[in-house]
Amino acid sequence: MIRYFTQRAIAFIPTVLGVSLLVFFAIRLIPGDAITAMLGTEAGMLTADQRASLEAYFGLDKPAYEQYFNWLVNLLQGDMGYSVRHGQPVVDVILARFPVTLELALLAVVIALTIGLTFGVISAIFHNSPIDLFGQLFALIGLAAPNFLIGTLIIYILSVYFGILPNAGNYVEFTANPSKNLQQLIFPAITLGFAFSASVMRMTRSAMLEVLSQDYIRTARSKGLKERSILLRHALRNALIPIVTLVGVETGYLLGGTVIVEEIFTLPGIGRLAYNAISQRDYALIQGVTLFIAVNFVVINLLVDFVYTLLDPRISYAKQR
Amino acid sequence: MQNNVKSLDTPQKEPGFARRLLKSPSGVVGIIIIVFYLGVGLAGAFGLTPHSPIEQNRLARLQPPSETYRLGTDLYGRDVASRVMDGATNSLRVALASVFLSGTIGTLLGAVSGFFGGMADQIIMRVMDVFFAFPAILLALLVVVVLGPGLNNTILAIAAVYTPIFARVARGPTLSVREMDYVTAARCLGVSERRILLLHVLPNILPPLIVQVSLALSWSLLTEAGLSFLGLGTRPPQASWGVMLSESRALAEMAPWLMIYPGLAIMLGVLGFNLLGDGLRDVLDPRLRGKG
Repeated sequence: MIRYFTQRAIAFIPTVLGVSLLVFFAIRLIPGDAITAMLGTEAGMLTADQRASLEAYFGLDKPAYEQYFNWLVNLLQGDMGYSVRHGQPVVDVILARFPVTLELALLAVVIALTIGLTFGVISAIFHNSPIDLFGQLFALIGLAAPNFLIGTLIIYILSVYFGILPNAGNYVEFTANPSKNLQQLIFPAITLGFAFSASVMRMTRSAMLEVLSQDYIRTARSKGLKERSILLRHALRNALIPIVTLVGVETGYLLGGTVIVEEIFTLPGIGRLAYNAISQRDYALIQGVTLFIAVNFVVINLLVDFVYTLLDPRISYAKQR
Repeated sequence: MQNNVKSLDTPQKEPGFARRLLKSPSGVVGIIIIVFYLGVGLAGAFGLTPHSPIEQNRLARLQPPSETYRLGTDLYGRDVASRVMDGATNSLRVALASVFLSGTIGTLLGAVSGFFGGMADQIIMRVMDVFFAFPAILLALLVVVVLGPGLNNTILAIAAVYTPIFARVARGPTLSVREMDYVTAARCLGVSERRILLLHVLPNILPPLIVQVSLALSWSLLTEAGLSFLGLGTRPPQASWGVMLSESRALAEMAPWLMIYPGLAIMLGVLGFNLLGDGLRDVLDPRLRGKG
């Protein structure tokens, strides 16, 4: 098992290197040069000498491959460069924002799993009943409604009918004031969890239906096991594998910053950071934050693989051979 | 087995396919929605909107739905109904073009990768993995920033997001199809590898890809709307459902119709392609029924 895991981990290195290459060179394709982006209109006042010395200072006068190599070496030492707009090291900016996104993502996952698993299992048990149809309808709507529509609707309903503005005021950290923090995060989390729970529900329902038609479920029933234990221990556990994949992929996306929802609810998370960095041409920050997001995603995929082997030991044996 | 061989020998199974699709409730509802959506989009493309979608009318600002303005007007006195129609045209253009691009490129890459294996497979799939490591909206953002905003670049951005998905979906079945007896038979007859790939492998990996096309159309509608919502897709004054929703945010209390109609339009479009995808999946690939 450990060997399988290390093999998978090593296989991810080329992906991460590829991501860093793509990010690095994509940034260089953005029209306009870095010095102008940094200084704005004031760049026009620079003499040729000043510009050259600034370029030398940021290493911009060196060939691209050398810049990439230097960036990589610094990266390995935990140095992602300096964000001009924030006046801080990129690492600090990212680490300050990441907890917001992490908390938001975890809340959304909890909401999605609670609703999705419950309704999915119920729908599968009462296959083709009115409850099942209702669940299916919910899933269809959930999958079709974009999160910016749900978010806008939630804000509209809260402000018109309850007089609450969920995005008003500054963000408060969980450690500073847990209840205020949850108040700020719960609505964006519901927004994200809505569509997510719809896909979890659909996946759970179909996986459960498939498992429930298997012979070993009939065997368990004929052994006289309690229905509850059949459903939870025999059926759900075997239905979990596709659900874990789905949750893994979705969590990866959520941790990658939920640009739109953070933007609607004005939350200072990773997604909004990436969006602002991109629109403000903060090169070092764009590089740092996109790399961070992509690596996050890759690591989560690795964890999903790991959970598989826990759920289904056959997987690692099959692949090792 | 007998059955299997028979179905592969008779490529003309279209009539049966259409009839089966029309028997699937989700397929039928999906088709109805999409036909309606295509009709609205085409009407928008030929300028058959009740009013001009971009002409401003200062005397008719923020009017609620009425006889003249069926779905009301926006802050600039533009007719919401006409803008929703124009939005259908634009979103359809983006969705069809981006799925066509990503579908063609992705399928070819995936099929080549699976069929030839070896180094080509390794290189192609590793590159796809790299693209996969970016959340869709972030990759699209990056592409739009590099290329600049606008309708055509939105198409390229969305195509960049979905190419690796098509490559993966195409590669899997290619791996099993290339081991089939009919491929070996063609090879023994001296058919060139390229011809085998195009004439024997590609037609046989189509079913999962057709399902994917339908789902990709629904995702690209969502992505286009999302990018436009962030101000990086379709540029104002051109209408896009995402732009309209974004503009409605500040006015939702006063003029909820600004939010409701473009929102419904997006949901209906996505729902249509999702339902068609479900129907197609039931017909083409019963093993995958209801998943995803």
